[in-house]
Amino acid sequence: MFAHYSLGDAALTAVLGYAVVFFGLVLLLAVIYVMGKIMVKSVKKVEAVHEAHTEKPALPAPGSAGQLKLHDVDERDAAMVMAIVAHKLGKPLNELRFRSIREVKDDEV
Amino acid sequence: MNIGETLLRLARESGFAQFLAAGGWKNLIMIAVACVLLFLGIKKKFEPLLLVGIAFGCLLTNIPGSGLYHQELWDAYVAGEDITFTHIIHHGGLLDILYIGVKSGLYPSLIFLGVGAMTDFGPLIARPKTFLLGAAAQLGVFVAFFGGCALGFTGPQAASIGIIGGADGPTAIFLTSKLAPELLGPIAIAAYSYMALIPLIQPPIMRALTTKKEREIKMEQAREVSKTEKIIFPIVTAAFVILILPSTAPLVGCLMLGNLFRECGVTERLSDTVQNALMNIVTVFLGISVGATTVAERFLSLETIKIVVLGLVAFAISTVGGLLVGKLMCKLSGGKINPLIGSAGVSAVPMAARVSQVEGQKANPSNFLLMHAMGPNVAGVIGSAIAAGFLLAVFG
Repeated sequence: MFAHYSLGDAALTAVLGYAVVFFGLVLLLAVIYVMGKIMVKSVKKVEAVHEAHTEKPALPAPGSAGQLKLHDVDERDAAMVMAIVAHKLGKPLNELRFRSIREVKDDEV
Repeated sequence: MNIGETLLRLARESGFAQFLAAGGWKNLIMIAVACVLLFLGIKKKFEPLLLVGIAFGCLLTNIPGSGLYHQELWDAYVAGEDITFTHIIHHGGLLDILYIGVKSGLYPSLIFLGVGAMTDFGPLIARPKTFLLGAAAQLGVFVAFFGGCALGFTGPQAASIGIIGGADGPTAIFLTSKLAPELLGPIAIAAYSYMALIPLIQPPIMRALTTKKEREIKMEQAREVSKTEKIIFPIVTAAFVILILPSTAPLVGCLMLGNLFRECGVTERLSDTVQNALMNIVTVFLGISVGATTVAERFLSLETIKIVVLGLVAFAISTVGGLLVGKLMCKLSGGKINPLIGSAGVSAVPMAARVSQVEGQKANPSNFLLMHAMGPNVAGVIGSAIAAGFLLAVFG
């Protein structure tokens, strides 16, 4: 059946074959391009939502009030001090108001 | 028992005596060819994982009287005589049985499964326009097909020779075993030899077709590709390509399944198996059974020389096709794309991409093209599968 494949037919098949390869890969290109655009857009959207959440100032916990000033005390130590005070007083932390916490040096005692 | 007669009979039946029979000298030549191929595979490291197996299969099949492979059985099978795989299992030799995996298209498809699991399509997803380079670099397939027809090969034979230009061994074996099994030996050897010779074949063409300024171009970092995209890619690609050309289903389906194993994140064991254990087992079977087809009567012919020449032409023209479209994209992008990545569109993963990297770095030592070239490189794998699918649809 294929023994006498004329050069004209061969040329036509070659051109058609090359065109089919291009067609297939261009179609894939388009699909992957659109998929990429959608993915990049959705990632940006998620990032925007995330940023919007992180940019908002944190709302104070219910019942807490004002700003606490720390003098030579890091946040972790301040949190421990407040928790100990609340425990000793037998009151929940959000009912107490701390204005400032300052480290007392040995020579100040 | 007559000792003299027994020894005489043993001597007559030995392979040595058959070398002296009509056409026996051809076997001797083929054994020499097998030794040369073994030398190239072991000493020169030309695609050793496959070439050593192919060469040894060639050696075994050409030892007179070994009875491992029976060309006449397969000729009868191809001619549509009353021969089935079951008949071959019962009456064939060891290599006949292993060859069933080639003839049925099993081994190339399983190799593609492993290739898919080893391939990161990220660079292609990040820069999908490099699909064009993968398509352009299939030019050699169709030019060699035309050349094959002009040199007197039949359509299916010319198609099988042309696919050497796809620089993809499993695809070449898959298509040839379907269309022109009588040419499988020389085509497989030509395909794998030229793939190993890519670092020698491509650079002169790359330097001839590009200016130093073009080769020096540093490409921008591609965007990061998300995990989701990498998971969706094999599913979408398999569906679209197989819908366009259903005949690509075994190759593209396996390639993309392997890739899905790699990317989905829940089948690490399967991905590991297809990349290593399965790939190695199939490579052993594929190599030795393809080598078995290099029967002296068939291999030592003018056709083999024509195939070797056409294969080289196919590789060279494919490189030219990729580079020319690379240059075009360079112009259209205002010099943002280094045309050297176009030559990587011939598949031969990752060898062709490495050649782009080496040539780019020769022109500009701070140039790193490897990841950029991987895009067209893996696009070339899909492109050559589509080319094979087209030829199979036309001549199958």
